[in-house]
Amino acid sequence: MAHLLNTSFIPSSQTLRRNRNFPAGVGISGRRSRAQVQAKIREIFMPALSSTMTEGKIVSWVKSEGDKLSKGESVVVVESDKADMDVETFYDGYLAAIMVEEGGVANVGSAIALLAETESEIAEAKAKANSSSSSAATPSPAPEPQPGKIAENVGSAPVTQTVKTPPVAVASTHPASEEGRRIVASPYAKKLAKELKVDLARVVGSGPLGRIVAKDVEAAASSAVEAAATATVSAAAGGAATVAPGIELGTVVPFTTMQGAVSRNMVESLSVPTFRVGYTITTDALDALYKKVKSKGVTMTALLAKATALALVKHPVVNSSCRDGQSFTYNSSINIAVAVAIDGGLITPVLQDADKVDIYSLSRKWKELVDKARAKQLQPHEYNTGTFTLSNLGMFGVDRFDAILPPGTGAIMAVGASQPTAVGTKDGRIGMKNQMQVNVTADHRVIYGADLAAFLKTLASIVEDPKDLTF
Amino acid sequence: MQSSLSLSVSPNTSLGIHRSNCNAFQSLPLKPINLRFCGLRREVLGFSALKQSDSHRVCLPTRARSKKVVSASLSDNGTPKSFDYDLLIIGAGVGGHGAALHAVEKGLKTAIVEGDVVGGTCVNRGCVPSKALLAVSGRMRELQSEHHLKALGLQVAAAGYDRQGVADHANNLASKIRNNLTNSMKALGVDILTGFGTILGPQKVKVGSSDKVVTAKNIIIATGSVPFVPKGIEVDGKTVITSDHALKLESVPDWIAIVGSGYIGLEFSDVYTALGSEVTFIEALDQLMPGFDPEIGKLAQRVLINPRKIDYHTGVFATKITPAKDGKPVTIELIDAKTKEPKDTLEVDAALIATGRAPFTQGLGLENIKVATQRGFVPVDERMRVIDSNGNLVPHLYCIGDANGKMMLAHAASAQGISVVEQVTGRDHVLNHLSIPAACFTHPEISMVGLTEPQAREKAEKEGFEVSIAKTSFKANTKALAENEGEGLAKLIYRPDNGEILGVHIFGLHAADLIHEASNAIALGTRIQDIKLAVHAHPTLSEVLDELFKSAKVSDHASSSVSDPVAV
Repeated sequence: MAHLLNTSFIPSSQTLRRNRNFPAGVGISGRRSRAQVQAKIREIFMPALSSTMTEGKIVSWVKSEGDKLSKGESVVVVESDKADMDVETFYDGYLAAIMVEEGGVANVGSAIALLAETESEIAEAKAKANSSSSSAATPSPAPEPQPGKIAENVGSAPVTQTVKTPPVAVASTHPASEEGRRIVASPYAKKLAKELKVDLARVVGSGPLGRIVAKDVEAAASSAVEAAATATVSAAAGGAATVAPGIELGTVVPFTTMQGAVSRNMVESLSVPTFRVGYTITTDALDALYKKVKSKGVTMTALLAKATALALVKHPVVNSSCRDGQSFTYNSSINIAVAVAIDGGLITPVLQDADKVDIYSLSRKWKELVDKARAKQLQPHEYNTGTFTLSNLGMFGVDRFDAILPPGTGAIMAVGASQPTAVGTKDGRIGMKNQMQVNVTADHRVIYGADLAAFLKTLASIVEDPKDLTF
Repeated sequence: MQSSLSLSVSPNTSLGIHRSNCNAFQSLPLKPINLRFCGLRREVLGFSALKQSDSHRVCLPTRARSKKVVSASLSDNGTPKSFDYDLLIIGAGVGGHGAALHAVEKGLKTAIVEGDVVGGTCVNRGCVPSKALLAVSGRMRELQSEHHLKALGLQVAAAGYDRQGVADHANNLASKIRNNLTNSMKALGVDILTGFGTILGPQKVKVGSSDKVVTAKNIIIATGSVPFVPKGIEVDGKTVITSDHALKLESVPDWIAIVGSGYIGLEFSDVYTALGSEVTFIEALDQLMPGFDPEIGKLAQRVLINPRKIDYHTGVFATKITPAKDGKPVTIELIDAKTKEPKDTLEVDAALIATGRAPFTQGLGLENIKVATQRGFVPVDERMRVIDSNGNLVPHLYCIGDANGKMMLAHAASAQGISVVEQVTGRDHVLNHLSIPAACFTHPEISMVGLTEPQAREKAEKEGFEVSIAKTSFKANTKALAENEGEGLAKLIYRPDNGEILGVHIFGLHAADLIHEASNAIALGTRIQDIKLAVHAHPTLSEVLDELFKSAKVSDHASSSVSDPVAV
């Protein structure tokens, strides 16, 4: 076993071989943005160092950002469930951005760093690393969403991570902090805040002399999840998953905070003049693609979100909203919110920049968001920055339904199940095709029937010829 | 000295001398002394240890304490002079105690002067009570680690502790060891003189404030050290404390800043975090645990610092620390260690000053013999002989332990004391400090002996030899895995050309107990090619070292003194 720790050791030939056997695009996936400029930025991902390894911890980065790497060189030391091993790069290039810091943990297959082919691409890769947050449950600071993005977003809940917001407002209440110039938090509180991604500047301390202690951070983190209810909500998905056993019949049970918020939002939605447009989309090609990429962790939700986002790129008006009854607000990013039923409520985790982030990252991000939602650890910017909402009841066999528009957004799409259907084809034959029905609810003040129709046509063409989804 | 494993060396020459010495004073046979506290055993002292112990076997039963004065004067080479004692030791800490015991064993009439309590820092305010606290913290840690317990299939309801009970355990342990120490010396006939010792002149010491003057043929200064408190720091003993206070565990603060991340600071961080405190380290150097091998330090930080409720500021000095009063917390002003610019102010519940220890040599009367201390330390040569301000050796005066600053460890002091006794009884001896192990009793423990990797590489460059590194992980050790404590690393720094062990560093379960195989090998000059053939019981943690030695690559032409394992 000693040999495992020799520094120049290469993980294991078995692992290497396995990685190389992966179809291109999984291990180190070439990333192409829509602008076609990032072809040479590759991901370095968490390798599977043993058959039982599901996640790995970064022991140390042998190289630092900006270092030149040559093929076969050790880049990072990873601790698996078995031992510490050096991981080498398969490509020449520059270590552009480290996405999981030392001590951080990342799931096998998730990106831990970006590799730029030339020096000039380092900055670009760094930007990329910032915008696509890694899926790692890492203690490193979470990539901050760009302030501009948030400023244009509609969420009514406090936006915690804007750079523009000075932390002074709340911190001034700490007597121990010299009139708010400093944040006084205990070591564990700081650690927790980093883990739970709580902004200490917005936490009121209850410790000695107003010091922020661990329980304040925990309270702040859980209230953030409760506040989730004030976020956008789509009604349709609500009831389906929540008929829980153990309900005592004949009793009156008050709303939870989240349910109360849902109720308020639903009532508020009545003030918006909405209309609906439906479309039937053939999904054979999408299903085939899904089958192919499923093993790489790609989910149907991510595929749908990606397809929707790509369609929205061409129809910015469908991604807009009406806030004051007098203007269009064209959102700068395409953030797809996806309704998720959780434990007596409903929340809409947001896939930010779904048009730009590649499908693999998007799938990982989705998994991370769902895990967080389950653990009630979603941060406000992760559930209230959606610009377009998806609600999918297809998995329950629902073939069509109607969604209520969440206040503050322009449109929501209800997705039904994809089912084998006998259809007449253009060449006059009858054949079986998988088809699904989608139904978009939109705010008619900004989005008109023709807009939706054009959008749905684009969406249908993307879904029916989905090669762009995985680029 | 590659013949160290061979038992065939006949110690005839030295044996003869010792035997005659011993037999000359037959009376009052005493039992062999087995009491050692924080001390080294004499066998590790030098390369000729086996010869020495052989001769002891003859001498031990015939040691006597009468007629010592005669022997002392007889041996004084023709200038007969009467001394009260053969050997007078100032300071009854672990160093003084080790020296006294060995002196008695060697047949010297010995007295020890103590102005405070027997046992010194180690027993009363250092290693001993801290081990009691660490024993508690280790168990608390285990009981609190749900994950760890679950993996073992254990279910334990919430663990709690009673602070006073923990404090009492530490205090009781200290007094028990103190009594053992006192009794062991009394039983051997060491005179314990109470009062502070002041050197009046050569071979002359005043004890206490009385006019009692004692003469001795040889004098050992073993006055030890006190916690070092940098200026600007106000210690009140309640909220700003040193290890002296912390060991009494009068309170467990919610948040304590520990200034200094060496052994003392690390051990206390282990205790405090296990008892529920949060800790902030303040370290002047750029990285935590500066004294450790960098690789071990890095791993230790991953295990002992990062996952715990600890944060840290490195590269900063605490220039001013004000105790809590009038409802205000303890405030700590930090400046950048390099630019000296103010960096931060911390408000915490308590601060522990663990910035090292300062020698306790004031009032010793060193000026009477023209010795000038250097930053408080008594200058000595490699034989612990005191050097005066002109650079000359002061005859019959030695200084051991923290007071000389060579290696501030209890067992190093004891080893130095034994080395001095060897010299005054006619056997030249130089202690190899590189063979003295050190340990930090965190959970898991850290231990080391010899050089760190950077030190070894520097030496190798200077002297033109090659350095190799071998490492083994606790993750592959059966016993460690059985305990579910696979986190750990053992690292061997050696010369591949001749198999010499330059240093061994261990981080892992019971590392402090494991290091002695390596330190003994260094002390005895055992080479890797020899020790790798030794057998270790399976399954034991010691197999980590077995693996370590076996994984070292020593060049084939390096000679081996043991070609085949021989049953003896």
